[in-house]
Amino acid sequence: MAVAQAKQDALAARIAGLSFDAAGWQGALRTEALARLTAMGLPAKRDEYWRYTNPATLVAPQPAVGTATTEEPALFTDLDCLKLVFVDGQFDAAQSDPLALEGVSLAVLSQAKADIHWAADLFGQLEARGQSPVQRPLATLNTAFAGEGVLIHVTGKPSKPISLIYRATSAGCDAILHHCVKMEAGSELTLLEQGTAGARVNLVTEVDIADGARFHHIRAQGRVENDSTLTHIFARIGQEAAFKSFTMTADGKLTRNEAVMELLGNDSSAHVAGAALGEGAVQQDDTVFITHAAERCESRQVFKKVLKNGAVGVFQGKILVKQGAQKTDGYQISQALLLDGDSQFLAKPELEIYADDVKCSHGSTSGAIDETALFYLRSRGVPLRAAQSLLVLAFLAEAIGEIEDEAIAEAISARLQVWLDWHEQ
Amino acid sequence: MLEIKNLHVKLEEEDKVILRGVDLKIGAGEVHAIMGPNGSGKSTLSYVLSGRDGYQVTQGSALLEGQELLEMEPEARAAAGLFLAFQYPVEIPGVGNMTFLRTAVNAQRKTRGEPELTAGEFLKVVREKAKTLQIDADMLKRPVNVGFSGGEKKRNEILQMAMLEPKMCILDETDSGLDVDAMKLVSEGVNALRGAGRSFLVITHYQRLLDHIKPDVVHIMAAGRIIKTGGPELALEVENNGYADLLAEAE
Ligand SMILES: Nc1ncnc2c1ncn2[C@@H]1O[C@H](COP(=O)(O)OP(=O)(O)OP(=O)(O)O)[C@@H](O)[C@H]1O
Ligand SMILES: [Mg+2]
Repeated sequence: MAVAQAKQDALAARIAGLSFDAAGWQGALRTEALARLTAMGLPAKRDEYWRYTNPATLVAPQPAVGTATTEEPALFTDLDCLKLVFVDGQFDAAQSDPLALEGVSLAVLSQAKADIHWAADLFGQLEARGQSPVQRPLATLNTAFAGEGVLIHVTGKPSKPISLIYRATSAGCDAILHHCVKMEAGSELTLLEQGTAGARVNLVTEVDIADGARFHHIRAQGRVENDSTLTHIFARIGQEAAFKSFTMTADGKLTRNEAVMELLGNDSSAHVAGAALGEGAVQQDDTVFITHAAERCESRQVFKKVLKNGAVGVFQGKILVKQGAQKTDGYQISQALLLDGDSQFLAKPELEIYADDVKCSHGSTSGAIDETALFYLRSRGVPLRAAQSLLVLAFLAEAIGEIEDEAIAEAISARLQVWLDWHEQ
Repeated sequence: MLEIKNLHVKLEEEDKVILRGVDLKIGAGEVHAIMGPNGSGKSTLSYVLSGRDGYQVTQGSALLEGQELLEMEPEARAAAGLFLAFQYPVEIPGVGNMTFLRTAVNAQRKTRGEPELTAGEFLKVVREKAKTLQIDADMLKRPVNVGFSGGEKKRNEILQMAMLEPKMCILDETDSGLDVDAMKLVSEGVNALRGAGRSFLVITHYQRLLDHIKPDVVHIMAAGRIIKTGGPELALEVENNGYADLLAEAE
């Protein structure tokens, strides 16, 4: 009871300064979310799901006030994209492209006052589904209070990616963003995200992928040292549909990326990958939950972390294979490269299988840089630093390999190289 | 070219002495062979010369064209013209063979103040050299040595040597694991590099390799020392009689 009360108190303190908007088509959904949130309270350190990462800064009433931003290299600048810019958690129309792209209809959450039927059927719905068997109250808080986001309805195959660019200009900005993506049957979309939305970020993305549709997501969080970020991506995946998400996380005081995917149609796939780089007082957590609820589906989780000087990497990944989900093919790997003895990698891979004809593999390792390979490279004339960088990038290669588009993969590799240059020994 | 004087080496972590006063002088353009029983210190000598960690030089020196090698970083030794074809080439998952070669070639050129090769220039040269060593495009694309057969790894070492054009080449049992045809191929690769003042130190257990790569001088190493030096006939003697007589003679 005391614990429950503490969670309630934390919730009350957390939402005291937030404005609750019960108006419009979102009103009922938010009210419902608030009720669910009130029943749960906020997560605490003792919760099993937060065993490796202390949620204190994520649930605190206010974000820690730090420097607003450090200069972060812009990504995908050579790529033709539809750009949507968010500054301090608010959509910035002046810096953004017009909301027009063939095969897609777009709306901004804060401006979408008139009823958008598809969004009303999706907003908060996948988040709510994602509350079982594990509770994710901060995602529910997001549904209840998010003031901004983008609503993307994909009916065709747009000619270019949609690129979300986050910037933070004011110190202590507490950004709560909520995106919804509805992919109609046979449609395709590449969604890019980059930047730091605030000193503290709570971001939820719900993606509903109908039969035969393909969703690609590439996120680059090249974060400042003193911000904390929580992201959730919830996906519902139909028959022969594909979900592919890659996240690069560079530094940031605390980052937790949760991915919750349900394979509901036969022959569908869900791939989620991450490359995380951290030095110093940095905690990077990837938490994944994949449910196989149909036949012949494939899932992949590929997470690589490079940790230095006391950085902590966390991976919690679960594959749940439901009864009847025969011929499931599940693959999970999480690996850390510890660049010194101070860093730490905590991994909790889990399999829960209720079907008999499945193939699931999981592995988790952590280790230092391969000295033999390092010497081999140096003996060929490659200088120490360059040799180390090459080996770090090689370590990350499997995760980067999950990005289908070559130009995007190259941009990510270049960004990783920048991190390596900044963090030279 | 290379002058090793009274080189004593022990393991860094243990009190185990491996080299006990090696003296060796290789002139420009010369080919020297080292033979010797297993564990006599041949590979250790090649590692110490190329700068691998884990060894401690307690005495002696090794000069490459008058420059002290033992004080240089491994990459500086390479840029100065030293090359070691490893007895056990190293696998590097995630690094493409081509990327590896280009990075190495350009790193050395940069260190020496030469212009780096463009992707096009590099590709042209590497394709040509790979072809003579019968290394196919697939092997160039794959990660360095990963999944290569024993013989493929050795050919890949020679390809690196051909690309880097070092002055002083040390081949540590490059013949082991090679079939008869591959041995011929590799030897031709090595012989193609002879001349231009380039020197070779060929470590081998078998006379067979020395039929293809004709040495000027043959050394016998035992228990961390060169116990005998002679001409090509010394290799034949080892082939026929083994090391027993030589070891007894040295006692
Ligand atoms: N890092 C090490 N740790 C322990 N022992 C070592 C190490 N390196 C070399 N040695 C020992 O030193 C001795 C010389 O080894 P080395 O590999 O130089 O021999 P070699 O002459 O090349 O033998 P081979 O003909 O079998 O290749 C051996 O007894 C070996 O076990
Ligand atoms: Mg040896």
